[in-house]
Amino acid sequence: MADAENALSLLVTLAVAVIALAFPFVASGYHIYQGAQVLIFAIAMLGLNLLTGFNGQISLGHGAFFAIGCYGAAILMTKFGLPYWAAIPAASAVCFVAGFLFGFPALRFGGLYLALATFALAVAAPQILSYTGFDAITGGSQGITLAKPQAPIGLKLTSDQWLYLVCLASGAALYWAARNLARGRIGRALIAIRDQPIAAETMGVNAALYKTTCFGVSALYAGVAGGLSAIAVGFVSPESFGLSLSLAFLVGIVVGGLASLGGVLFGALFIEFVPNIADQLSVNFGESAKALPGAIYGALLILVMAAMPTGVAGGARAATNAVMRWLASSRPIEVANDGGADVAAKYEGKGESP
Amino acid sequence: MELAEAKAGGADEGVDLLAPALLAVSGLTIRFGGVTALQDVSFEVARGAICGLIGPNGAGKTTLFNCISRLYDPGAGSILFDGRPLASFARHELASLGIARTFQNVALFSTMTVRENVCVGAHAIARGGFLANALATPLARREELRIAERADALIEEFGLKGVADRPAGALSFGVRKRVELARALAKGPKLLLLDEPAGGLNHSEVDGLADEIRAIRDRRGVAVLLVEHHMNLVMRVSDQVVALDFGRVIANGRPDEVRANREVVRAYLGSAG
Repeated sequence: MADAENALSLLVTLAVAVIALAFPFVASGYHIYQGAQVLIFAIAMLGLNLLTGFNGQISLGHGAFFAIGCYGAAILMTKFGLPYWAAIPAASAVCFVAGFLFGFPALRFGGLYLALATFALAVAAPQILSYTGFDAITGGSQGITLAKPQAPIGLKLTSDQWLYLVCLASGAALYWAARNLARGRIGRALIAIRDQPIAAETMGVNAALYKTTCFGVSALYAGVAGGLSAIAVGFVSPESFGLSLSLAFLVGIVVGGLASLGGVLFGALFIEFVPNIADQLSVNFGESAKALPGAIYGALLILVMAAMPTGVAGGARAATNAVMRWLASSRPIEVANDGGADVAAKYEGKGESP
Repeated sequence: MELAEAKAGGADEGVDLLAPALLAVSGLTIRFGGVTALQDVSFEVARGAICGLIGPNGAGKTTLFNCISRLYDPGAGSILFDGRPLASFARHELASLGIARTFQNVALFSTMTVRENVCVGAHAIARGGFLANALATPLARREELRIAERADALIEEFGLKGVADRPAGALSFGVRKRVELARALAKGPKLLLLDEPAGGLNHSEVDGLADEIRAIRDRRGVAVLLVEHHMNLVMRVSDQVVALDFGRVIANGRPDEVRANREVVRAYLGSAG
């Protein structure tokens, strides 16, 4: 049963990889740009999911770390002349430190209180970035314009194709790392802290260190995403990092599935395309209906969550299980003897087995 | 299971009460507001001994447990474990030191499978951090294999194979208690704290539990400190019984001595009447 599931997940991963690799060579320029956006969102959500889905720390402020990565990369490139492949890792390292440090006050808050503390971060970020005192570095409300990086000489790729592939390679590497973290001892410890903090500590998990490091790692992911976004858009300005960006990340990981790393891809597709779909649908209702895109977006969101309360990943898992059960029911002998019955008898006592 | 083999020799020859104690509690006092939960509590537990901790509700048994697992800081007194003061260790360092515990209401990680729960119990046998694990370094992979081996052995030993891949939250209370026991033993502790292991179990399960606790001690040589209301169980499995009442030790000795102690009888009859 577990082998079949592993084989299936490998198959899905391969299929996604093939589609993602082929995409920039079959799609047109703007769609490639949108594809890069999806990958960038997915990277930020990988980080947020490690923090919120696995470790149970709610962040409404990841847009701020995204902004630090974005501005950090832009400033390093324009003011210090660093190439993008050096500027983005450097900006991400800054995000790690910022996230790690923010993780300390976060230790004192739990649940909704932490959500509020991070909310403050999201509210403050755009205002700090447009503050006139920092104009010389941040460009104030004008922002910073960047030249889009070109593909290395010798590769016959457009700038959009190259950027997409950079995002894809970064996303694949970061997905691999997040999966290694999540599936092993660290991931178990993060979930243990979320489920039973005191028991986790009793097992030897240094909860404070793990929570702050998780915050740092999560911010690092947001920082990479921000840096990639800076070069993909070619322009950074304070308005891009409002509260709605932080909320979109949270919506994305819930839609994709909390504590599901593969789910972030669906979450990213959702926050990239569903607002557009809502926009297009609202056109049908005439010019006067200005509030409608929001309302349609909300309705679509509720629909998705009603159909798949544990996100796309949970829905896919449930569907897979249903198919597996159906397949198994046509081969009853193999499955009946999986040891469940004798274990139940052993525990429930002789007279009380169900 | 190298641990079990190494310690199996000494197990059946009884407990050497003259050797330096594994756990030495002395003069422990803790107050919550105006209430003195523990007052001048002193006793020792020898290596490999099973020590029952009894007393009416509110006598301070769980408070004492929580002091030993560093959930509370006692106002006065000291706890020495293996000759070292526990006060100088953080809560998460106790597992490496050799102290494991279960919880009164079973604190399993309910979304994780049984196997993963037991793996968390073995967390402290490995050292690799975030970076080593994210990059799947050879060290991290070796550690992961060792944890998996340890977990599989315990799952086998506690007969949990059939439920190993089920989420812990979906299991019956009795099974969850066994999972918690397996998890607590995963690091190979020297002292196992059991907080009301018989609570919520039926008659036949309690009978099985008594044998289980003895078997765990005999196989591993681990000392057990047992808080339990179920008097028959305590008297049957313990080498030593400590009785608390209103935060004070009123008796400390062999089970038959403590059972016959007048103050113990009075404490129990008094609380019943």
